[in-house]
Amino acid sequence: MYKIVEKRTLAPLTTWFLVEAPLVAKRHKPGQFVLVRVCEGGERFPLTIVDSDKETGTIALVSQEVGKSTGLLAKVEEGEFLLDVAGPLGKPTDIHQFGRVVCVAGGIGAAPLFPIARGMKNVGNDVTVILGARNEELMILREELETVCHALRIATDDGSVGFHGFVSQLLDERIQSGESYDHAVAIGPLPMMEAVCKVTGKYNIPTIVSLNPVMVDGTGMCGGCRVKVHGETLFACVDGPEFDGLGVDFASLSHRLKMYHKQEQCSLQRVAKEGA
Amino acid sequence: MARDKAKPGSIPRQKMPEQSPLARVATFSEVALGLAPDIAHLESERCLMCKKPTCIEGCPVSIDIPSFIQRVVNDDLEGAARVLFESNALPAICGRVCPQEDQCESVCVLGKKFEPVAIGRLERFVADYVRENGLDLLPNPGQATGHKVAIIGSGPAGLSAAGELAKLGHAVTIFEALHKPGGVLVYGIPEFRLPKDIVAQEIDNLRKLGVEIETNVVIGRTVLVDELFAEEGFDAVFIGTGAGLPYFLDIPGEDLNGVCSANEFLTRVNLMKAYDFPNVDTPVHVGNNVTVIGGGNTALDAARTALRLKPEKVSLVYRRSREEMPGRAEEIHHAEEEGVDFQMLTNPVRFIDNGEGWLAGMECVRMELGEPDDSGRRRPIPIEGSNFVIHCETAVVAVGNGANQIVASTTPGLDTGRHGNIVADEETGATSRDGVFAGGDIVTGAATVILAMGAGKKAAATVHQYLLTLDGGATENGAAEITSPG
Repeated sequence: MYKIVEKRTLAPLTTWFLVEAPLVAKRHKPGQFVLVRVCEGGERFPLTIVDSDKETGTIALVSQEVGKSTGLLAKVEEGEFLLDVAGPLGKPTDIHQFGRVVCVAGGIGAAPLFPIARGMKNVGNDVTVILGARNEELMILREELETVCHALRIATDDGSVGFHGFVSQLLDERIQSGESYDHAVAIGPLPMMEAVCKVTGKYNIPTIVSLNPVMVDGTGMCGGCRVKVHGETLFACVDGPEFDGLGVDFASLSHRLKMYHKQEQCSLQRVAKEGA
Repeated sequence: MARDKAKPGSIPRQKMPEQSPLARVATFSEVALGLAPDIAHLESERCLMCKKPTCIEGCPVSIDIPSFIQRVVNDDLEGAARVLFESNALPAICGRVCPQEDQCESVCVLGKKFEPVAIGRLERFVADYVRENGLDLLPNPGQATGHKVAIIGSGPAGLSAAGELAKLGHAVTIFEALHKPGGVLVYGIPEFRLPKDIVAQEIDNLRKLGVEIETNVVIGRTVLVDELFAEEGFDAVFIGTGAGLPYFLDIPGEDLNGVCSANEFLTRVNLMKAYDFPNVDTPVHVGNNVTVIGGGNTALDAARTALRLKPEKVSLVYRRSREEMPGRAEEIHHAEEEGVDFQMLTNPVRFIDNGEGWLAGMECVRMELGEPDDSGRRRPIPIEGSNFVIHCETAVVAVGNGANQIVASTTPGLDTGRHGNIVADEETGATSRDGVFAGGDIVTGAATVILAMGAGKKAAATVHQYLLTLDGGATENGAAEITSPG
């Protein structure tokens, strides 16, 4: 059992948790994730680790309510427990001195991007963060990201704050106006990562993306999380979750993410009924 | 009960009562119902009690088979159980899933002229008797030695090694990556072949012997093997992580929705109980037509599991002929009885898209058998122009499993072979690292539960010897040489 020692709302439907998981905290490196099961009968689902503290034995997780399982997680209060937390899983981010690094976050992608930006800065990179959201209210971790980069640029789809448009458009604009980058990391919704890769691909900037396919075990056993990268089938849980974004087959991954859409709707409808 | 010894072969081999095929596909409850006491007794009387029993050699964990059967003859079921527990910590499991027809029963002397003694059924009968009557017949844990042993993986190899080492007085901790212990016994083998409460109970028996089990610990990620020694104070490590990395066919369309590995399909249904969706939260995709690809026990398990999820049709596609199927004869028979459509000498060449990223069918080619290959089986060769389509919305790929690299790749100095398997002596379990032992599928590649248990047991004996050398140099064998000079 894994105790929730702190919980706060970052944005509508988006919650930050501090969870007691000493073994995970001890070994965690940026880019890694945990598999969580909230309660008996619950699904196993992956969440990227946002931060960890070896001293207190805690890890930070951010979750957005998108289905039944994340909805259940959102209902767990401070002092209560998660049934299972296993990790840290996946390969850590390749963090070394690249030179000028741009970290692009879309929506909840700001959470997994945070430790990566910090890591990139700590090893001496010049780090720019481009943070985007649908609107200002949904933007998360702005202040935290500000402390781990040299320049923070903001974009919103509706223009409520910062650049009016997508992060990929802002990135393209910055590059055209003379900024150059040696390395890019993009984390967020699939279409956003794909759009960023289209831009960075144009300028031949090596780009890492973090993929979030459906997983069951998270240790390489089920193959449900297989993704195609440069034509090769890889498992996101053990070969990733980070891959060369310029080689990812986004279309096929986008289809695969819909695999259990019908069942997810069915689960949500049941929740709605029971709640009513 | 004194009775005249029956004439060899005068009693026929007793049949295992089963649920009817029609009844059992409607449920996940166990197919084979177990022998009734009088039938078990009758079966036990068939044993010849050979002076030189070959059956023991046929058993990977060397159960004293005539001795336990003799006790069944004498109606001393507790005594029979004690004999089983001496060699095997998990008899209720082995009595169900061991391929006895290839092991003890294949070398049974009675079997030369008649049908062999139903050793597996008797083992199950005795183990169930103990379980159902709540008898505590476990051997006492040995006197504490002060040594700590870490076991990686709680599947058959790990459980059997843990049981042996606990009996010898070592402090054993099993680390399991998933949230529930049991490995393939829990995520892989379906309920209708091996009820999960039986697995849970046999694992509880190990806990009673003092074995600790830590779930949600992925060795190589959560904790490294080196840390087990340096920081956690373990004196030896046994790796029994199994063959858990599914192979795919590497043909076009394999990334379509509706195509999954047997591991995923079975894990969703067995471990995550997806058959009970939406009462549980994990779903499983089952179209009207399900095709399983492969001819082993995993393929058969997947096909029979699929049947119970009530599609219109379940087909099993295998590229060789029925004779070459590596699955157990009994399970092939069960699958056929239950209505699995066998498509032998058939090989998939591509998965067909319905136009929206979902599986609509599988293009296959018919095969014929040519000359024997390296495995001794006749090589399947495609018949040109024989392509045809099997319509299906779900395809389950069950063509084998490889070695997971998480432990090996994070343990310096641990040698692996060509396929990523850990290199270990099959007799002793010794690896290239001092104090690190390995056994089961992670060493041999995918095999059976009982072979993994045998490997776990053998390795436990070596681990024990190793721990004794840590105490003062002399091994038990060494000591024996000194004390018995004659």
